[in-house]
Amino acid sequence: MKVDSHKVTVIRPKPRWLLLDFTEIWEFRELFIVFAWRDIKVRYKQTILGATWAVFQPLTSMFIFTIFFGNFAKIPSGDLPYPLFVLTGLIFWNYFSGILSRASNSLIENEGIVKKVYFPREILPLSTVGANLIDFGISLVLLFLVSFYFNFVPNPRVLFVVPLGLLIGTFGAGGLGLLLSSFNVKYRDVRYALPFFIQMMIFLTPVIYPTSIMRSSFRYLIALNPMTGVIDAARIVFSGGSNINWPILAISGGSSLLLFIVGLYYFKSTERFFADLV
Amino acid sequence: MKPIIEVTNLSKKYKYGESQPYYTLRDTLTGLVRAPFHLLNKKQKQINLNKNEFWALNNISFKVNRGEAMGIVGHNGAGKSTILKILSRITPPTKGKITLRGRVGSLLEVGTGFHFELTGRENIYLNGAILGMKRREIDKKFDEIVNFSGVEKFLDTPVKHYSSGMYMRLAFAVAANLDSEILIVDEVLAVGDTEFQKKCLGKMDEITKKEGRTILFVSHNMGAIKRLCGKGLLLDSGKKIYEGKIDNVVDQYMTSFDVKKVFEPIKVPEIDLVINKISINQKNNGKIVPGKPVQVDIDIFAEHEVKDIGIEIIFSHDDMDGRLFSTNTKSSDGLEIVIKKGNNHFTCFIDSFNLCSGKYRFGFSIQIPFIKSYYLNTDLFYFDVLETTFSNSQLPTLPMYGHVYLDHKWLIKT
Repeated sequence: MKVDSHKVTVIRPKPRWLLLDFTEIWEFRELFIVFAWRDIKVRYKQTILGATWAVFQPLTSMFIFTIFFGNFAKIPSGDLPYPLFVLTGLIFWNYFSGILSRASNSLIENEGIVKKVYFPREILPLSTVGANLIDFGISLVLLFLVSFYFNFVPNPRVLFVVPLGLLIGTFGAGGLGLLLSSFNVKYRDVRYALPFFIQMMIFLTPVIYPTSIMRSSFRYLIALNPMTGVIDAARIVFSGGSNINWPILAISGGSSLLLFIVGLYYFKSTERFFADLV
Repeated sequence: MKPIIEVTNLSKKYKYGESQPYYTLRDTLTGLVRAPFHLLNKKQKQINLNKNEFWALNNISFKVNRGEAMGIVGHNGAGKSTILKILSRITPPTKGKITLRGRVGSLLEVGTGFHFELTGRENIYLNGAILGMKRREIDKKFDEIVNFSGVEKFLDTPVKHYSSGMYMRLAFAVAANLDSEILIVDEVLAVGDTEFQKKCLGKMDEITKKEGRTILFVSHNMGAIKRLCGKGLLLDSGKKIYEGKIDNVVDQYMTSFDVKKVFEPIKVPEIDLVINKISINQKNNGKIVPGKPVQVDIDIFAEHEVKDIGIEIIFSHDDMDGRLFSTNTKSSDGLEIVIKKGNNHFTCFIDSFNLCSGKYRFGFSIQIPFIKSYYLNTDLFYFDVLETTFSNSQLPTLPMYGHVYLDHKWLIKT
């Protein structure tokens, strides 16, 4: 038996610090990975199509959106052919909305664990990033294939824009997910409103349309949506260009960071009562 | 050396019906529009008790030294599980302070987080991680866990195909290998078959006696508690009644079961009756155990003769709505009862009292069946049915099999 006599835990009515306890998170890092691993494993075990689903879903959406918004509605797509244009938007949007919806339901879905075992609760919503990263990776390969099909060679800046986009998406969706998961524990009607809310959000994100169709003042406003700057920049680099719209990307980045801080703060200040409420 | 667990003035407040605090965002938002300052005012009433609140724990202090095993004993609702939940940091205390000097492993349930789609092997890693084990530790103990569980053949089968026995064994096997200095265990022995329970008890014995680790143990099984623990804590309605040697604690707990409650006479004015006393007895020093004969005694004083009525006794389980069993002299037993002027004594004999261990409500009614009820109270008083020890496995003892034991036999044709 390992005797770790220095480990002293003091439990009091009010936590001594409200925000993150990094040593504790480090201590539970394996649990974070295990939850992510479980989600991935279960997801690919349960769906008949398995990993092909991660290809099939964005591909189908791409075709449908191309037919309706590209061909019929003739929404402009700048330098890119519409399928490539919409797919670029979709893979980032799917990443964002995937984390958001799974994180928001994570506490309720894992109610049994929350009620019986202690661990830093933020692990549950944040570990949903894992499964979504895998999906994103698969879709990204698809995106490269589609762009080669249309004879587009991405600008080398893609190596910078994609990771940055992922980072912004993770923080934004993670923060919003933390906030909504906590809401979801307390207010049981949130669960029903959420899918609708996420569905509507796709229209506030330049997935099917370019930011260029908006007045510039409105463009800055919509850049508060973290995915706006990301998708905008990704489209530029995938078309081979390098003139990224930095102010928009900066606004989106700042907004995602702010969302994360607000979400985390709210989550941490409510987390101690989750077990009593869930 | 300082005690490994130190609990000082611990209190926990709950709202009645906290188990279902069904808030909706809609209500909160409309409430906010109607009374915008309501939320602000709410903050001020903190520690004091409101009408709909109660102390699940009230000013509890105790200490546990390194290597000690402490049993926490009390009736349902005494606060045992709440203590364990607070020590496990699942829910925060309202007041007080706890110091834990060592790594804590808590086992409030076996198989927490088990996923049905995953295989036995995968669940060992999942459950181990949830209980706080590192991957390396699980690797090291993997064979031991598998051996203890006895499911090696099905290790790569999803647990949804396991029998409940296999599932429980695997789950306990993981938990039993938890390597913490303080182990918090809640009633996990109430599941599984007799063989399995013996195995678990043996393992727990090993943990306390051989490995010298500290255990906090909650159970309704006095046999197990006495065997495992040297020290005990008796709780009642959130208060500490006694702390000390386990034998004394168990004795006090057992005597608290005596059905010698003062019975307040009940008047039934419509037919001028007084129910002077109702008691439920078993020839067992006032304690009731399953499977043995029980008699219910009823004393009624009548000012004049009453005909054409039925008297009824009702048993219900504390945690459930509805009746478990009731019998009415007139409608179900077909007896014509006449309550004569003066004192009357009725006794109902039950040959084999087949309610499993747990807390029950006793109810009583006087009525003209289907026509008029003169008196009806389904919650006249509570009584406990104790658990017998493991050795009498034929007896209906375990709540996991249900609350009632039905006499039965099997016919098997192949």
